[in-house]
Amino acid sequence: MKSEAVSDKHAMTPEVATAACLGSYAPDERRYDELLDARAVRPHWRTLIERLTAGDAQDTARRALELTRRLIVENGVAYNVYSDPRGTDRPWDLDPLPLVLSQDEWRAIERGVAQRARALDALLADLYGSQRLLAEGLVPPELPFGHPNFLWPCHGLVPRGASWLHVYAADLARAPDGCWWLLADRTQAPSGAGYALENRDIVEQVLPEAMRDLGVRGVRDFFGEMRERLRSLFDDGADSLAVILTPGPFNETYFEHAYMARHLGLPLVEGSDLTVRNEIVYLKALGGLRRVHTILRRLDDDFCDPVELRSDSALGVPGLISAIRAQNVVIANALGTGVLESAAWLGFLPGIAERLLGESLQLPAVATWWCGEKPALDYVVANLDRLVVKPTYPNQHFEPVFGSDVEGEARAALIRRLLARPYAYVAQEHVALSQAPVWRPHGAPNFMARAFTIRVYAIATESGFRVLPGGLARVASEEAAEVVSAQRGGGSKDIWVLPDGEEEPVATGTHRLQVTIRPDDVPSRVVENLFWLGRYTVRCTDKARLLRSTVRVRADRNVWIHAVRICHAFGVITKDSQPSALVRDDREPHGVAADVKRIAWCASQVRSRLSARYWRAVVGLQRQVQDAVASREEPREALDRLALSLAALAGYAAEDMTHDEGWRLMRVGRRLERLQFTSGLLAQHLVAAAATHQGQVEWLLNVCHSISIYRARYFSAPRLGSALDLLVRDIHHPVALAFHCSSIARDLAELAASLEMSPDPGLEATIPEFTDSELLALEGEDAEAQAARQRLAATLRALHVASAQLSDRLSMRHFTHTGDSQSVAT
Amino acid sequence: MRYSVYHQTAYEYARDVLHAHHLLHLIPRPAPFQECLEHTISVNPATFRRRDEIDAFGNALTRIEVEHPHRRLEVVTQMNVDVHRRPKVFAGHSMPWEETCAELAYQGLSPRRENLEACRFRHESPYVRVKQEFTDYGAECFPPGRPILACADALMVKLHQDMKYAKGETTVRTPLREVLRNRRGVCQDFAHLMIACLRSRGLAARYVSGYLRVGSASSSASAPPPAIGGGASHAWVAVYTPPFGWLEFDPTNNVLVNTDHVAVAWGRDFGDVSPLHGVIVGGGAHELSVRVTVKPITQ
Repeated sequence: MKSEAVSDKHAMTPEVATAACLGSYAPDERRYDELLDARAVRPHWRTLIERLTAGDAQDTARRALELTRRLIVENGVAYNVYSDPRGTDRPWDLDPLPLVLSQDEWRAIERGVAQRARALDALLADLYGSQRLLAEGLVPPELPFGHPNFLWPCHGLVPRGASWLHVYAADLARAPDGCWWLLADRTQAPSGAGYALENRDIVEQVLPEAMRDLGVRGVRDFFGEMRERLRSLFDDGADSLAVILTPGPFNETYFEHAYMARHLGLPLVEGSDLTVRNEIVYLKALGGLRRVHTILRRLDDDFCDPVELRSDSALGVPGLISAIRAQNVVIANALGTGVLESAAWLGFLPGIAERLLGESLQLPAVATWWCGEKPALDYVVANLDRLVVKPTYPNQHFEPVFGSDVEGEARAALIRRLLARPYAYVAQEHVALSQAPVWRPHGAPNFMARAFTIRVYAIATESGFRVLPGGLARVASEEAAEVVSAQRGGGSKDIWVLPDGEEEPVATGTHRLQVTIRPDDVPSRVVENLFWLGRYTVRCTDKARLLRSTVRVRADRNVWIHAVRICHAFGVITKDSQPSALVRDDREPHGVAADVKRIAWCASQVRSRLSARYWRAVVGLQRQVQDAVASREEPREALDRLALSLAALAGYAAEDMTHDEGWRLMRVGRRLERLQFTSGLLAQHLVAAAATHQGQVEWLLNVCHSISIYRARYFSAPRLGSALDLLVRDIHHPVALAFHCSSIARDLAELAASLEMSPDPGLEATIPEFTDSELLALEGEDAEAQAARQRLAATLRALHVASAQLSDRLSMRHFTHTGDSQSVAT
Repeated sequence: MRYSVYHQTAYEYARDVLHAHHLLHLIPRPAPFQECLEHTISVNPATFRRRDEIDAFGNALTRIEVEHPHRRLEVVTQMNVDVHRRPKVFAGHSMPWEETCAELAYQGLSPRRENLEACRFRHESPYVRVKQEFTDYGAECFPPGRPILACADALMVKLHQDMKYAKGETTVRTPLREVLRNRRGVCQDFAHLMIACLRSRGLAARYVSGYLRVGSASSSASAPPPAIGGGASHAWVAVYTPPFGWLEFDPTNNVLVNTDHVAVAWGRDFGDVSPLHGVIVGGGAHELSVRVTVKPITQ
């Protein structure tokens, strides 16, 4: 994996090889080309390009792209992680050839972005405070007051630390004259920094030597500072807790939320994991309620508090604003910062910066006309051909329109629209985006020119805004595209900023070691879903095995009757359904298809804790069930495949997951489920008239996946006494009740120790002890033997009940700190 | 006029509510032509946390947090309010509606204070969309050059004629376009629709929540007594009409607001000023009952 993907064979001189390779690279004359300047490679690209074109350039490209693809799959990087197998789980698209920028050029971007972030923060302070800029006429009232993210409940509210913008991103593009222009500000919850980090992780493995030789500036310090910043925003000593608030696994950038959470070492929480009591925010954690000091949010402004903002939001935290107002929690970014996400601000920002900072903005924005001003409106109507018309507000149903694309009635309609409500529209000049080379996997030429924009990130620190040296380049999917967006299927690139001799001070050892999440910081919801993931996986496995073993004894009438009766008792077969229906019918509530749905749901809730292959196996499991539903094949085969996939899940859980408290409870879930199933099954079997018959005992051993081990151990035809020896009292057999009881007791003891809670009393029922002769006595056909079997069945039923009670008790203790919330209004 | 107002809101829950956050807009705000002499809020269950604030629109806002399991929540307010007669205004003295729009639009200069304040109520808000169809619906009320006061009055008359008052057919979540299509709703819908017609033209209008005296002979001798909106909290519309400032219209009853209305709070729409709303944990299904009585007190 760490091996250089790039060949070092030198067939010709580097210049000649490069020239040969670039022979058919065709820059667009109307655009700036990042790589070439009048057919010559720009100096800051030279080293990299020569290295990549030495030897078999085609092979180099193919290997680099192949390794990239593999790493993306291995890391499970995706843009959309919806768990439905029919949904689009689109893998992340990364071109491993980086965008190279010289340090000189970068310095200007860095200064411009940091200055802009300062100006925006000052603007937010004014809008949510005295509104001086509005009174002075420097800001049109239409801009904030018409914007859905201007949150009136936050007006007059000063956040702790009096800063609004903590994380900022700027979208930039390079114009044909070589200058960088600002396209858009991201002030609410900028996305993509996690993808930038992930891109770097991958490119570092694909081009390790090139990266080292060029001395590319690192990006990890930035995230270290981010972690420090989150802690320092509200430092409450060792107990300070920062969390990342996500809308959940159905959000298109959930992968990134999970990635950032892992990387920053912070719990990833959903709104329902938090609760506000007496103006303090708490996390409903495994060990009870834990105070939260800082929240890095990826949830939109107006969804954050259903009491004061959108009352239909099920994603928010009721009462959050009261906690912010009391300065008991810090939200990064502050609520309401989304108000600056509108192209309409661009033209006013230079004046605002002059007024608030006394500085002129260094980074120019793309020329923008807000139609709310009469002269601007007139200009826009007269020059429509050169402009793109966009909505002022994000909630308008209006897609950007290129003026040159509309004619006749469509143009007249557009103009009528502008005149009817001018302040709701903005027009911008379109920038012909610059192009950078991307690798091609096959055929010549080796490189193609593609348009791109870059997203640059900044965070607030004690000493001003700090800019990530790098970022996310977003590449258009088609050759001459004017619009770049991940939702439209474009790709991405890593950005390499080169050093220039003037060494940056290297921050080493200034950051603490990665902060690990305390065991009691794990959200209860996550642990609850892990627990149930464990239970449902085993439940589905047991059911599949029960059905599988039953289907195979169909030919033997007596055993079949016995087996079906027990299946009925378990509700696994209802009166009017056949075993095969349980596999195929996905509306059957006790069917395996329903269990697989539950497994998928629980897994989607704990997505960030699962390995990529575990997740793929869950998706595969759903596909299997769908195929089984659609096909008319033998249920036996479907059940066999299902059992295999479920066994893989258990294996991945054991090998890939951190064996922490959540994992331990997942295991307790598995064991409790198995204990419940086996004790119930044995109790049912023991009271049946045919309990001692060989065929029936063999069926029982089959259901419990123990027939081979039985044969190996006893060298005899299946007998009830020996079967019970194996299934009940053998502490080393991972199916036996004794094994499960002792394992559960051990896990609970360790859990109590690590959470510093008093231990749970555990299972309040025990495994019956018996001697060998007592076991043998159970095999008789007389009344005495029958009574002994009845007694044992009663004990097993007690165990069955006790395991259900323990499950409920664990829920009360670790999961249920509160129920679901609902909105009420008069 | 002096009124004594009694307002009771009660929720009965099927299961225990474990935890609840509520926001109350129940204390009459300071307003021209009106003074609140005294008022009380009582909440049952008695153990709760309370914090009183002023919201961004100048309304009194009370936050309540109940941390104990409860099956019933009751909030009772009582108040005595003096409401003064408003001076008569002449429609012809108000500004033409187009000029009012222009006055509120950004001119690149420092705006007048009242205009800037009015701009808060000129845009789309969560319950009031700004759409061309609202502009079109009200078109006949806005001929060129007509004074804004006459326009608003005509719009109120039109709404009152077109819309049927129908309880229980709409909820706060019913989209306004649907209300316009079906022409049925309660005072909330009347008010939101009138606001939408004004804002869609670039005018400023706000939502006023309060109470209405019904039944007895009206104190304003010329108009018939308002009939609809008693027994519950009421809602109407304030329109920005330079040079008179904010004038209030009750489209449900087709009257200019005078001494029969007691204002409690105003905002962009219902969402800013609903009398009581919150988020509860648990509770299951619930039943709501509201009782309002407005009694004139003879002095």
